[in-house]
Amino acid sequence: MAITLSGDQALPGPPLSSRLTPAQVWGIILLAPYLLVFLAFVVYPVCYGLWLARAPANYVALYNDPIFARAAVNTLIFLVIGINIKMLIALLLSGFFAQQRTWIKWLSVIFILPWAVPSIPTILSVRFMLNPEWGVINHLIFSFTGDDGPNWLNDPTVALSMAIGVHIWKSLPFWTLILITGRLAISHDLFEAAEVDGASLWQKFRYITWPSMQTLYVTCTLLSMIWTLGDFNSVYLLTGGGPADLTHVLSTLGIRYLRLDQLSLAMASIVCAMPFVLPLVYFMMKRLSR
Amino acid sequence: MKLPSLRDVATEARLLLIGIPVFLWTMIPIYHMFLFAISPKEDAFSGKLWPDHPTLHNFEIVFKQQHYFLRDFYVQFWNSTLIAAAVGVLTLFIATAAAFSISRLKVPGGRMVLNLALFTYFIPAAFLAVPMYRTMGNYGLLNNHWSLILAMVTIASPYAIWVLKQASDKLPVELDEAAVMDGATTLQIFRLVYLPLMMPSLVAIGTYAVLLAWNEYLYAFLLLSNDREITLPVALGNFLAADDSPWELLMTTGFIYALPPAAVYYAFRRYMVGGLTAGAVKS
Repeated sequence: MAITLSGDQALPGPPLSSRLTPAQVWGIILLAPYLLVFLAFVVYPVCYGLWLARAPANYVALYNDPIFARAAVNTLIFLVIGINIKMLIALLLSGFFAQQRTWIKWLSVIFILPWAVPSIPTILSVRFMLNPEWGVINHLIFSFTGDDGPNWLNDPTVALSMAIGVHIWKSLPFWTLILITGRLAISHDLFEAAEVDGASLWQKFRYITWPSMQTLYVTCTLLSMIWTLGDFNSVYLLTGGGPADLTHVLSTLGIRYLRLDQLSLAMASIVCAMPFVLPLVYFMMKRLSR
Repeated sequence: MKLPSLRDVATEARLLLIGIPVFLWTMIPIYHMFLFAISPKEDAFSGKLWPDHPTLHNFEIVFKQQHYFLRDFYVQFWNSTLIAAAVGVLTLFIATAAAFSISRLKVPGGRMVLNLALFTYFIPAAFLAVPMYRTMGNYGLLNNHWSLILAMVTIASPYAIWVLKQASDKLPVELDEAAVMDGATTLQIFRLVYLPLMMPSLVAIGTYAVLLAWNEYLYAFLLLSNDREITLPVALGNFLAADDSPWELLMTTGFIYALPPAAVYYAFRRYMVGGLTAGAVKS
């Protein structure tokens, strides 16, 4: 998987004082559209947002808001537990899908569906399945046990777990796909040699697969954590942050403040996440632009 | 015909032990959606695994817009289509130009722009949404399709530039040099040499941008609110506003809404898997 940008960093641009060639003039013209978009819709909003969040009073208000503390904890649970479970499953499944079988090929085509379809209808579909009165799950529980099933989304712990489940359902195929490419890049000779030496399945994983994939695995995990911070849909569409605003994560909380017309609080809550986000982003950028 | 050995059967059984749960896990929410779409309301709400009287009546209601929540179905479908197409075209234009400029023309500062783009790519989209909403208000673009189009282009282009730049770097420099020898201008190289060679990546990125825009919920629901301006996902979210939401119609509309991206994905799968996974993560 090592696709490096060889020789790229060895190119310091010519000093700006030197005259630009026609090619470079075109280069600037062609770069201009993106720069405009970047200035108008990234730089300006970010600066404006930071300016809005500048008053220390905002942070005092956040500190005193129990929903914020709860959302921060939920976000940590989502990232630390949810993402690691997801990546472990993806790692296991990548081994499964790397098997050469016709039916597994077909299954992999179906397996990608959650990623290929939009999340709104599918998350809402899960939401209805969990409906305590009419959902299919409690209907089944009732018909098997004669008892009423639990009120799934009314318990914050269960509701948050379900949101994590929905997130895993949606993004597992993508990460599995990435890890499959990583796995297929390992030379087959290694496995054949190990086979001859009578290595067990675990030994093959431990001494061949894992050493070649660990960098990719860690990169994927970190990247998935950064992106999951921005996962608004899984929580908002399933629980709406409820019950009693106990299942918010930072992304839904920011939007909640926004809807309540407390824009400076919304920005402040995002600024609070930056000490965690920026090191991850820095690390990823180092890794990707190597 | 050779009988399979016991060991083969055991291996196959173990694989099935993983394969069957994976299949069920993947299909249940989708099947549930499909089930609602073909069920009359009574069947849908009674938790049946297959309706007693499967029907296409729900689709008829949606296509004839015969419900309060569906009054503007066609307009909203068209909004979604138009916005997705515009995002695809604009992203392709902006990102291809930028990638060509950075990778082939080695424009001064190109490296820095690439890093800035990469940085944007890593800002969680929901975080940028908050200031973006206010910014669009300042620009006077709220409730205007352009706000959503521009927001989605902003989100789609960093990744697009990055993937296209990677792909460009792999094209041999000799091609450009030979074209320059033949007296080609920069724009001619772009049009006649660069674009044709980049076609597979361009298809992948175009598909990526279109799907991203079509699937987007958060930005759409923040930036657009008028019933005749919103996109389909926002309309789906609005179904939940009522206490007695017509879930069977919600799922039917959702099913219709989910079909085009799934079809596009499978049609371009060959490009998507190669083009996107190669760029998504390097190690």
